[in-house]
Amino acid sequence: MNSQIAAILTMDGIATGAIYVLIALGFVLIFAVTRIIFVPFGDITAFTALTLADLEAKRLPGTASMIAVLALVASLMQIAVLLRTGAANRVPRALLYYLVLPLVPVAIVWATAGILLPAPLRILITIALILPLAPLLYRIVFWPIADASVLLLLIVSVALHFALVGMGLLFFGPEGVRTQSLVDFSTDIAGIPVSGDTLLIVGSAAFFSLLLYLFFNLTLYGKALHATAMNRTGARLMGIRPLRAGTMAFLLGSLLAAVSGVLIAPVNTIFYDSGFLIGLKAFVGAIIGGLVSFPVTAIGSVFIGILESFAAFLSSPFKEVIVFSILIPVLLWRSYSVVEAEDETEE
Amino acid sequence: MRRLALGFAAVIALVFGANAASAQDINVGFVTSLSGPASSIGLNYEKGINAAYAYQSEVDGHKINLIKLDDGSDPSAATEDARKLVQQSHIDLMIGTSSAPGTNAMLTVANDSKVPFIGISPVSLPIPASGHPWGIAVPQTPNLMVKVIADRMKREGIKTVGFIGFSDSWGDLVYNGAKAAEKDGDPTVTSNERYARTDTSVTPQALKVIETKPDALLDGGSATQAALPLLEMRKLGFKGNFYGTPALLNRDFVRIGGKAAEGVQVSAGPVIVTAQLPDSHFSKKIGTDFHDVFKKVNNTEADDGFSGYSFDGWLIFLNAVKEALKTAKPGTPEFHEALMQAIYADKDLAGVHAVYNFTPKSYYGVDARSLVVVKLVDGKWVYQP
Repeated sequence: MNSQIAAILTMDGIATGAIYVLIALGFVLIFAVTRIIFVPFGDITAFTALTLADLEAKRLPGTASMIAVLALVASLMQIAVLLRTGAANRVPRALLYYLVLPLVPVAIVWATAGILLPAPLRILITIALILPLAPLLYRIVFWPIADASVLLLLIVSVALHFALVGMGLLFFGPEGVRTQSLVDFSTDIAGIPVSGDTLLIVGSAAFFSLLLYLFFNLTLYGKALHATAMNRTGARLMGIRPLRAGTMAFLLGSLLAAVSGVLIAPVNTIFYDSGFLIGLKAFVGAIIGGLVSFPVTAIGSVFIGILESFAAFLSSPFKEVIVFSILIPVLLWRSYSVVEAEDETEE
Repeated sequence: MRRLALGFAAVIALVFGANAASAQDINVGFVTSLSGPASSIGLNYEKGINAAYAYQSEVDGHKINLIKLDDGSDPSAATEDARKLVQQSHIDLMIGTSSAPGTNAMLTVANDSKVPFIGISPVSLPIPASGHPWGIAVPQTPNLMVKVIADRMKREGIKTVGFIGFSDSWGDLVYNGAKAAEKDGDPTVTSNERYARTDTSVTPQALKVIETKPDALLDGGSATQAALPLLEMRKLGFKGNFYGTPALLNRDFVRIGGKAAEGVQVSAGPVIVTAQLPDSHFSKKIGTDFHDVFKKVNNTEADDGFSGYSFDGWLIFLNAVKEALKTAKPGTPEFHEALMQAIYADKDLAGVHAVYNFTPKSYYGVDARSLVVVKLVDGKWVYQP
């Protein structure tokens, strides 16, 4: 291995890591606010890529019917709850949030099916289409068990992942897709060829990390989320509804998954079941951040990307083994260093 | 008196029973995966057998009944299907299925119940201790698939070849095939890089291959994701030729691979390029017949290799049944034995894929003639004599 190869590997690793950063941030965000380890995160990323590819091929994406079904189920559940608790006057509002809003992008996709829209518009529609996916799943699957233990939530989450993979096969079919490059541009950085896609991935990861930081520190919603993450009971006492905060977290998570999906679509072939492994590696990044710290999560995810790249170069058959083995020292280190923090929450 | 009547009745029953048997049709069971993950391939096998049945469904006045079952891509369901065919449908021969594990499972049932079996996917069981296997496998062996393409590399003056393949048993088969060919004087394999179907990047593996400076690259992937290393190698500026196995013969591989996959050469059953074969080629005539009848039955072109295996399996059966009918009656154990011996006795049978010569020593009966080299030119596979 010479320095040029090392540089290319690092570059490749950073690009992969940047994708992991986006997903891992979503993991941490959702876990902090709702205590749910959202295993199907990677699947949403894969669905985004598949949706974008479908639009590019002038097909009606499978996500459209998926969202329509989920929106219907979610609004029925919500109406049932409202009627039972005697809050019938809030039904129109629920319908707006759970049925009308998610169906707007679906309607747009329906109306424009068969027409090749310009690339930026395609991406916007894809993101708009994916955006309601995680909140709807949250409403349908996790709301009824919001106060259950972390373990139960995790188990349900794993089950949801399997259900989603099955739905992915049903709606998208078994073949892989790869979309056109987002930007037709490449440059040399210190003699290493770097494609525009790579720059875009890294740039987007940095941009969205910054956006998240600003959101948490400067907006009221962000502060409410932050408060819920810090202490649910306390936040509740201050008038913050944990369920609404959870929906917000899932919405943001959906956005992060959608962005990572759009970014990954042109650089790799994505299958309906590709998301799990991507999500799992991002999860390792999130573990490095202890599922609490955003900056450490970001650094950890980039580290996982680079580690994966070098591991693949040095011994490709054992790549995954090396990447996932890193969990052991990380967990050891975390379990020694986090003991104090946990004691505090006990009080 | 009563005993006499009973005995008489028994004799009549025997006579009539025997008569019924002599007029009996020949029953053939066919299993493929019409549901589950293997169904995209399984459907091609199904279309192939439909074409084969339309091609010929009668031998010397005996009607052939084809009983078709779905194994849902599940080896245990394949076992059940095979048992059902043997015990309930009293078949004389069975053909199946679209996955290697399922085919092994059916072969086990065939060996147990002593009913001839024609495997249309690779099998990997040892020959039974009795030395009398009850089955054969139609497809080319993975070793042969690699050997043919390795020989082609040598012919084109290539001395060293890099390898990137799947990190599963398919990758192992291709790599081992290339290593075996290397011992026979074919190009030296310089690397053994692996990736998974769901991997996000093969840049590191491609770099490692390039570092070994090979003349060409052998792609040990399959279907769509086999395009990934080719895309990456070209992106990193690799100029050498690409080679692969029949696993690359896939519409989505061509679509995803685009410009990078252009010029890749793979070994393939001649049925893929029947129209381009010279008239003297063994599979020209039968292959043309196959394509014609396939189109008539399925309303689409046969552009895969799998349907050809079903068709060849049927041809092998048809030829054997002609011989077997001379010595035994359908539905009897003697007929099963005669069928199996006829399959072994039949020499140089030309099918759409290969010239078949089966022996009890191996399940496989093909040689290097069963594979031609095809090259991807402008998104179409072109025969390379």
